[in-house]
Amino acid sequence: MDSENELNDNLNDAAEETHESFNPNSFIGTLSVAVVLCLVCSLVVSVAAVALRPIQQRNQENKMKRNVLIAAGLWDPETSTDQDIPEMFKSIETVAVNLPGRAEDAPIPGTLNEEVDLNTYNQVKAAKDPHQSIFIADEDVDDIAGIKRRETVGLAYLVNDSSGKLETVVVPIYGKGLWSTLYGYIALEADCRTVRGITFYQHGETPGLGGEVDNPKWKAQWVGKEIISADGVPDLKVTKPGNATADNQVDGLSGATITSSGVERTVRYWLGEDAYGPFLDRIREQ
Amino acid sequence: MAASKTTDVLFDPVFKSNPIALQVLGICSALAVTTQLDKALVMSLAVTVVVACSNAIIALIRNFIPNSIRIIVQMTVISSLVIVVDQILKAFVPSVADQLSVFVGLIITNCIVMGRAEGFAMKNGVFRSFLDGVGNGLGYSLILVAVGFFRELLGSGTLLGFTILPLATEGGFYVRNGLMLTPPSAFFLIGLFIWVLRSFRTDQAAKDPTRD
Amino acid sequence: MTLEEIGSMFFKSVFSENLALAFFLGMCTFLAVSKTVKNAFMLGIAVIVVQGVTVPVNNVIYRNFLREGALSWTGISYLNNVDLSFLGLISFIGTIAAMVQILELFLDRYLPALYNTLGIFLPLITVNCAILGGSLFMQERDYTLAESVTYGFSSGVGWALAICCLAGVREKLRYSDIPEGLRGLGITFITVGLMAMAFMAFGGIDI
Repeated sequence: MDSENELNDNLNDAAEETHESFNPNSFIGTLSVAVVLCLVCSLVVSVAAVALRPIQQRNQENKMKRNVLIAAGLWDPETSTDQDIPEMFKSIETVAVNLPGRAEDAPIPGTLNEEVDLNTYNQVKAAKDPHQSIFIADEDVDDIAGIKRRETVGLAYLVNDSSGKLETVVVPIYGKGLWSTLYGYIALEADCRTVRGITFYQHGETPGLGGEVDNPKWKAQWVGKEIISADGVPDLKVTKPGNATADNQVDGLSGATITSSGVERTVRYWLGEDAYGPFLDRIREQ
Repeated sequence: MAASKTTDVLFDPVFKSNPIALQVLGICSALAVTTQLDKALVMSLAVTVVVACSNAIIALIRNFIPNSIRIIVQMTVISSLVIVVDQILKAFVPSVADQLSVFVGLIITNCIVMGRAEGFAMKNGVFRSFLDGVGNGLGYSLILVAVGFFRELLGSGTLLGFTILPLATEGGFYVRNGLMLTPPSAFFLIGLFIWVLRSFRTDQAAKDPTRD
Repeated sequence: MTLEEIGSMFFKSVFSENLALAFFLGMCTFLAVSKTVKNAFMLGIAVIVVQGVTVPVNNVIYRNFLREGALSWTGISYLNNVDLSFLGLISFIGTIAAMVQILELFLDRYLPALYNTLGIFLPLITVNCAILGGSLFMQERDYTLAESVTYGFSSGVGWALAICCLAGVREKLRYSDIPEGLRGLGITFITVGLMAMAFMAFGGIDI
């Protein structure tokens, strides 16, 4: 205890000594304290931000990749760790897809886009950027996912098996639920009709009701559902809880009708002709 | 604070003059981040670090701080610390940082941090100020963790993600209380908490600044 | 923004995403100044004004200086990819402090009557988390200027509405027989909880 007080006293003495020759309340004193403080603080803040940025970016990237793996059913929450991600992602090919555009010279929907840089392209950001997205909520198109703007280039992840044969297609989806926009991924089998898995990684739905979209049990019942008809039109139905009987039906969440129908419309939109539909058609033809 | 013993500086804010329960300070963030215990723990740690470091820094430079720009100097120190903490959380616990969203930033306006800097650190030595910061941080953490404990346990049947009460929807016996995961439950819990505390320590009731 | 979008955002920020009751922002002042309706109303007005000014101002700062690539208007190619969004926090709080100060000077000079009634509440607002929270939500949700004007104003209205309601209830509570330990702060928290439940009922209404 004594040494602590001594330490304090020493610090105080040191402070008081300088105090005599330096008057912080004078104009010059105030100004110099302000300048020094600003310099020191900005240095500390910038160093922290710059030094930590690579780690933060890797986190972001891993989060995205992890969700793709979860949707594709390759991620085991018990055993997989972030270190496995680069290894697991080796069998996955990332492609950029031209989504249906509005402009006269828009590329043919469903073809691959070679222009965007896959390493830096951020689909979520592009959706909000007027240069990289189109307004879809006007009268002649039904904005069923409730997203108002949609990017013109979307990413897709093609999972190949060991022999290089296409196994799973993962595409991002997002749309309005009750409170918030739900962001997630849906994985389809190589026939582009059957669900391999679905996951949502960001939403603000009511915990315990709409928030149950995160419930592994609910997500598990999607697996194997045939949600796209033979002619390529999504015919998924999210029914009232306990009423799903057919192959294209999924049980809704109890107490969360709006979230459930939001999920239905989101999936229908993104797999339909206004978004990834043309791309899925091309894969089916191959 | 008349306490002269160093241990009093540390423990008074935890038990005798808890910043949340008795002085009604800094509760804004206390409520929004308590739906899960892990969020509450990370938030507690962040606030404790910020209040302890800001107290220490302010105490260190207290004799150089011009009176006229006192508040802005404190604010600058605090906001720099908060940004650093925010960046560190985003780098090392990204999933929790995502959920805490704007509430880490809101530590700046947490009345405890400013209150301790102005009320204690400007008048005391570095080490004592640091301890006072840790003490106030712990007092804040105590309430936050308690509220987080009840909300996660009763609302999700889990603690830190581990199942404690198996849910009826997953074959267990516990029917979850959805209210616990919504904002109002935090108000109820803190209200009840204060009730219990004041029933045992009647002397505190008189100090209530919001009392009619 | 269409009228419909403005209406929907207004409704949402006032009721279902009320800053005070759904996000617990500005609680310290919310509890301390809600003893009488008159004071609560004054503080509420001050919050609406400050929130309505600071959110758009911060939006302009964020969009033109801080956001990734925002500095490209300078024409210096080196600055094209600079991302200063980590400075959002410190510049927002600085703007808020400055705006409150300017508002105070302005009121003092031109509207002394209003200054005398509102004046004491203005400094309280600088450290009100509802104000900083509004700007941070604007950054997180990436609002446009029009959206941020709407959001700033309507979230302020929501906060003001909440504090006035609470003050009304508390004025009546004074005549109630409440258990000893629960009096004052305890019952206030429970009241706020009940109000928050009532406001939650607005959730899911989409206009």
